[in-house]
Amino acid sequence: MPNIQQLEDLTTQVRRDILRMVHKVNSGHPGGSLGCAEFFVSLFNEIMETKESFDMDGIGEDLFFLSNGHISPVYYSVLARANYFPVDELNTFRLVNSRLQGHPTTHEGLPGVRIASGSLGQGMSVAIGAAEAKKLNKDNHLIYSLHGDGELQEGQNWEAIMYAAGKKIDNLISTIDLNGQQIDGATDDVLPMGNIKEKFEAFGWTVLEIEEGNNLEAILYGMAKAKAETGKGKPVCVLLKTIMGNGVDFMMHTHAWHGKAPNDEQLEIGLAQNAETLGDY
Amino acid sequence: MKTYTNTGNKDTRSGFGAGLTELGKTNENVVALCADLTGSLKMDEFKANHPERFFQIGIAEANMIGIAAGMTIGGKIPFTGTFANFSTGRVYDQIRQSVAYSDKNVKICASHAGVTLGEDGATHQILEDIGLMKMLPGMTVINTCDYNQTKAATLAIAKHHGPVYLRFGRPKVANFTPEDGDFEIGKAVKLIDGNDVTIVATGHLVWEALEASKVLHEQGISAEVINIHTIKPLDETAILQSVSKTGCIVTAEEHNYLGGLGESVSRVLALHNPTPQEFIATNDTFGESGTPAQLMEKYGLNSSAIQQAVKNVLKRK
Repeated sequence: MPNIQQLEDLTTQVRRDILRMVHKVNSGHPGGSLGCAEFFVSLFNEIMETKESFDMDGIGEDLFFLSNGHISPVYYSVLARANYFPVDELNTFRLVNSRLQGHPTTHEGLPGVRIASGSLGQGMSVAIGAAEAKKLNKDNHLIYSLHGDGELQEGQNWEAIMYAAGKKIDNLISTIDLNGQQIDGATDDVLPMGNIKEKFEAFGWTVLEIEEGNNLEAILYGMAKAKAETGKGKPVCVLLKTIMGNGVDFMMHTHAWHGKAPNDEQLEIGLAQNAETLGDY
Repeated sequence: MKTYTNTGNKDTRSGFGAGLTELGKTNENVVALCADLTGSLKMDEFKANHPERFFQIGIAEANMIGIAAGMTIGGKIPFTGTFANFSTGRVYDQIRQSVAYSDKNVKICASHAGVTLGEDGATHQILEDIGLMKMLPGMTVINTCDYNQTKAATLAIAKHHGPVYLRFGRPKVANFTPEDGDFEIGKAVKLIDGNDVTIVATGHLVWEALEASKVLHEQGISAEVINIHTIKPLDETAILQSVSKTGCIVTAEEHNYLGGLGESVSRVLALHNPTPQEFIATNDTFGESGTPAQLMEKYGLNSSAIQQAVKNVLKRK
């Protein structure tokens, strides 16, 4: 059984990391990062089977692809705290000569990252390719991917969604961060996308919903169910309902912090709401 | 003067198909992806021999590039196949982020490049693809001249680790390079020694350059003909050695002069040995419907155009 308190502590520390990283360089995307903190912590510490050391091919382990690369702060924090690279390196986020680029990349050789992302809509295709390679290699491990809900406005997703169902990519669990926000406002105002669950189902996916996407136990339960749905001839979609900016009260329920860093005072308020648990980097 | 024999017209895309078939037998990591143009790309035999390693993506090129990038994670060597237009311009950002910037070992194999695609017209005749691809950091760009060379290049790029753009065409053209010849990426092939002018050609224009050199020879002009199959990385040494002897150069390609081979050559010359240069290329225009021969004539991409360019450049020495 996972120790929920440990995961809670890690999540709180990850939130601190996110706030401090974007504050230091006065740039980056805290809102979506905070909203997905519980998901990343669960994925990298409980859900995925990963090997001790990182190699690009990742044979014999589960793989993760982040499609909405702008939430790199949460990705970097969770990778560092899962020992993919030194936690101190979080200090270099978005600085010149850093492996922690504004959006994730393989170009600088950062362990844990297998594809560049940031230009939206490309990650599901890449995840499908990795899933096909797993099948060819007779490797029974799974591919996980994460996508923004606003990101689904990119047409390439629907090519990929059609392909994954049509070609029975059933070793893939694609999670959609359903926070209802994008840079210009609520997704319903920017471009109403209708019922995303029905759309995935119409394309032939198995769809599961995690109503409390910021609740660790709900995520662990939901993702275990998703895992149980793999290998049945259909790709699996998880609709993860999250709150953008979760854990920092003034950042929650708004698109305002999608791509904006807190100032000194705001940082202090945010940190006060998230006590240091594992030690700041 | 050394002469080359056409052993019978063949299409370069069939050279790609033959190379892919051979790779299927010799390299189990090679996988092939196609966006609903299996017959046009000559991928049928690979598909028949290795159905488990052939991936029909449907008419979804962006998804094809992304899937190819993902398949490299796990050690596969993906060869994507569609027309040059849909291999490049349509999916530029997918190639840029998921393949080039991500350092993925994807081979983007593109048929029907240039105006020699013919009757389908400008929507399908890309003349900008070399420029698009050579601008991507880390991308190798190859444009082969005949069936044999395309087959050899297909085999060679499987052994090269890194993203490659392999460009070839639709029509049957002269096949004159050695059967089962070596193909060294980035190494120019000097076809004819000459002293008066250097002709550097790529793709379908290589045979036209050879034809031009014969006529020029009869007129007392000694042209050195170099086949530049690899536009990036460019064999700068071969170009500089040749112009140090000839003192002038004509570049020839089935591509816009903007962004093509000619501009890459110009940069080398500007940096190391400023030399008069004439460009055989399309003049910042789209193509149109017509037969390949009609279009090569209309757009100044044949032997007679090369001969004229040589005469023009000789006056500038």
